Amino acid sequence: MKKILAVDDSASMRQMVSFTLKKAGFDVTEAKDGVDALNIAKSNTFDLVISDVNMPNMDGITLIGHLRGLPDYKFVPMLMLTTESGLDKKSAGKAAGATGWIVKPFNPDQLLATIGKVLR
Amino acid sequence: MSIDLSQFYEVFFEESFEGLDAMESELLNLEPGTPDNETINTIFRAAHSIKGGSGTFGFSAVADFTHVVETLLDQIRDGQRQLTQVQIDLFLQSVDCLREMLSALRDSEEPDTQEAQALKAQFEAILAGDELAGLESNQVTPDDSSNTAVEEESRLGWQIQFKPGKDILKTGNEPIYMLQELGEIGDVELDINLDFVPTLETIEAEDCYFNWDIKLKSDCDLAKVDEVFEWVVDDCEINITPLETLVSAVDEEVSENATELGQAPAAEAITPAVEPENQDSSPAQSAKVTESTPAKKDNAPKNAEASSIRVGIEKVDSLINMVGELVITQAMLTQLSEGDFDKAKLVSLQEGLAQLAHNTRDLQESVMRIRMLPISFVFSRFPRLVRDTSKKLGKQIELKLLGEQTELDKTVMEKISDPMVHLVRNAMDHGLETTEERIASGKSEVGSITLNAFHQGGNIVIEIIDDGKGLNTEKIKQKAIANGLITENSDLTDEEINLLIFEPGFSTADQVSDLSGRGVGMDVVRRNIQALNGSVELASTPGEGSTFTIRLPLTLAILDGQLIRVGEHIYIIPLVNIIESLQINLEDVNCVGGEYDVLRLRDEYIPIIRLFDLFNHEPDSKKMEDGLLVVVEHDNEKIGILVDELLAQQQVVIKSLEANYMKVEGVSGATILGDGTVSLIIDISGAIKLAGLKKSVRRSIEKAVVDLESA
Amino acid sequence: MNIEQLNAQLGELETELQPENMSQYLTFFMDNEEYGIDILKVQEIRGWESTTAIPNSAEYIKGVINLRGTIVPVIDLRLKFSIENVQYTAVTVVIVLKLTQEGKEKIMGVVVDAVSDVHSISDSQIKVSPGLGDNNNSKFIKGLGVVGDKTLILLELNDVL
Repeated sequence: MKKILAVDDSASMRQMVSFTLKKAGFDVTEAKDGVDALNIAKSNTFDLVISDVNMPNMDGITLIGHLRGLPDYKFVPMLMLTTESGLDKKSAGKAAGATGWIVKPFNPDQLLATIGKVLR
Repeated sequence: MSIDLSQFYEVFFEESFEGLDAMESELLNLEPGTPDNETINTIFRAAHSIKGGSGTFGFSAVADFTHVVETLLDQIRDGQRQLTQVQIDLFLQSVDCLREMLSALRDSEEPDTQEAQALKAQFEAILAGDELAGLESNQVTPDDSSNTAVEEESRLGWQIQFKPGKDILKTGNEPIYMLQELGEIGDVELDINLDFVPTLETIEAEDCYFNWDIKLKSDCDLAKVDEVFEWVVDDCEINITPLETLVSAVDEEVSENATELGQAPAAEAITPAVEPENQDSSPAQSAKVTESTPAKKDNAPKNAEASSIRVGIEKVDSLINMVGELVITQAMLTQLSEGDFDKAKLVSLQEGLAQLAHNTRDLQESVMRIRMLPISFVFSRFPRLVRDTSKKLGKQIELKLLGEQTELDKTVMEKISDPMVHLVRNAMDHGLETTEERIASGKSEVGSITLNAFHQGGNIVIEIIDDGKGLNTEKIKQKAIANGLITENSDLTDEEINLLIFEPGFSTADQVSDLSGRGVGMDVVRRNIQALNGSVELASTPGEGSTFTIRLPLTLAILDGQLIRVGEHIYIIPLVNIIESLQINLEDVNCVGGEYDVLRLRDEYIPIIRLFDLFNHEPDSKKMEDGLLVVVEHDNEKIGILVDELLAQQQVVIKSLEANYMKVEGVSGATILGDGTVSLIIDISGAIKLAGLKKSVRRSIEKAVVDLESA
Repeated sequence: MNIEQLNAQLGELETELQPENMSQYLTFFMDNEEYGIDILKVQEIRGWESTTAIPNSAEYIKGVINLRGTIVPVIDLRLKFSIENVQYTAVTVVIVLKLTQEGKEKIMGVVVDAVSDVHSISDSQIKVSPGLGDNNNSKFIKGLGVVGDKTLILLELNDVL
């Protein structure tokens, strides 16, 4: 089973993402911010990281930058959840090592379709 | 896959309300100018989350409105704009407006968007008010006409030259997946180009050296192909041309091809440049179309407030630990029951049972703790209240919050909020002087209100302290006389007079303001607090201020009880009410008017209630000296309750008697004792009322006794 | 019929199909008179157990019991109906009913001498007989039902408290 780390400070979004992915047969771990995610990521391995950008403690872009620097996460796809207003976030995210992005708002089907691009 | 998004609504509403609370309290800390980074970030994040969630869950009215709020916040955050007081006020109004809209949605009602529209217009005016907005609107107007022109005509397929950046793998992107994705769109012919693969000595295993020429046979439009390379377009060389043009380059339709050839490079050139805006808007729009109608559940709970609670993970963890211990104890007891029972096992059994009792108690405490929330949930509404009220009153008021992390039961918290608001309003309105008055009396011109919460015994104590002028005892007395509460001759201490403000129908305001109302309130405040098994006290020093002290049980679900017996009946008296228990010395008892017995205890006269009389039970003995007197205090008055015997003290879980029966005078509820039988909990205030011992009666009794003794 | 059998029968109730306009009635005795109550209102039947008295309540309110953690009042229906010969013996039972009281659904137990049987009675077989019982209690009497050679007094106990 493919393992996914879902990071979002909003419980409802996190639950929605997590529920959708679990229903699609993924093994999902949730984290509530960048610091939380980084700690979880260090003691686990994941096949995909999906992270919100705007979060307290550590934002998603910083998280992706940190993760990309870890040997275990060199090639792991990492997607940002971003809004249409986050143009600059996309390039900042790419610079930090993000694989791609999912634009909010999105529905479960769109989420799964997007994930299909990096998990096959 | 069909997923019912409504299952996430409740969590979304909860976190949104929390976010709004956070926004509000941070906004109240803001000063015009260039705000502190962390503060504005917190506000931005809250708005951002609400926008993201409401969009995702289909609450488009909320999402639309939050968008403008967020946009302005973003500009302030980026330092593009100075924060003004007008904007702070506008943000605060937006918080209120969003609260209203979200409350309506939570109750499955259509939100009223009028207010939102009005506020939105104000935001838009601010946003459009200078060159900044103009700049932005230029940016977000993508010119995609040529794009669609190409799409129209290219239906045979696409020729794609794909040369991934060397580092593409290190961003987690996988070219092979992209080729597979193309394969899902249509038939793919691949030519791999290995020209760039270096010699073995210089090859870097983590780099990508391949590139491909791809023929995609599909009638899909360009956007579909662009989507495949969406994330890597900046890092790769990608040329996409309509397949038709290359195939038909030698065809006779030269003129048509010429135009297409002319357009094709244009389309390519536009792709990377326009793409960001394009991609931004198109998925967002499609999402809006599919989710724009908020799903309405027919049987959705109308009032969802009580339905869920957010619990810190450490509380859940401790609960799980305890259940673990309970399981171990249970296993141990089960083991004991296997095989023959002998004396040796008896000791183990006793130990096991002691362990079980211990586990159960711990578990009970932990479960109760789940319902406990920090009082900051209530305190957090006061900064706004004080800010708005001080503006209205024209007084400068500083609010201090102490002990915000003090925890209490969620239900108690919900019910204490209104009485507290009333007391705080009252302190601001009546307690604190006007600025001029303060200056005149040599005080700091800024008045102060302090909310202080702490635990004391099994209670939470909340103090509402102001440094105002204190209660005007003389005025209260005159008013009370005018209202017939007391007479001119009533011999009352200042403290007793001050307490009269809690009597029904009392008002001391010189002029009725729209804040504290027409004297409705203080009696209601006290009644509401008493309904929670709590009490309110008041201390006041003229010229220095007043302190209202609210005392509440930590939870409504459990109380510490004293079991007492009258004949065959066992009742429970809340321990919190009990002052002491004693045997009656008949010499200290006076009978007043052949009706009321009064015990002289030290300096006080305590009316005696015979529980067997009150409840119509057959006691062991009707003689006072045979029983025990439980002295209880309620509402600053002491009463003695005569019982046959005191039994154990224990914590009891309060059960409703009204659920299947009805309210019983003198009884506040029921509980189930260890042996499974039901025992009723005595309601002290109800018992006093039932005994006909109203305050006036008590006072006349006291007076009679004093007269009697002095005679 | 004993309590276990009746409770078992209550459990099976929902699976049985009733012909139209037929209702089932649980019958019981008070002072040698046989009464019936709509079985859909019956939650369970228990043996008589002592209760916790409620202060200053009417004599027919025996008190409250602990019904699996819920506080449930128990009414002696015989006292309520002014029956004089009231005893508490091994066969005295408490029928736990779901009733409405002032519009609210409540659970309460009623004490009767003994439970008897379950009968199906069609609505057309019920004779309305307004003159029955003393005046205070006639409102609790739905009518008379005839089963074979027996006549049952059918009760409707909402607002009995």
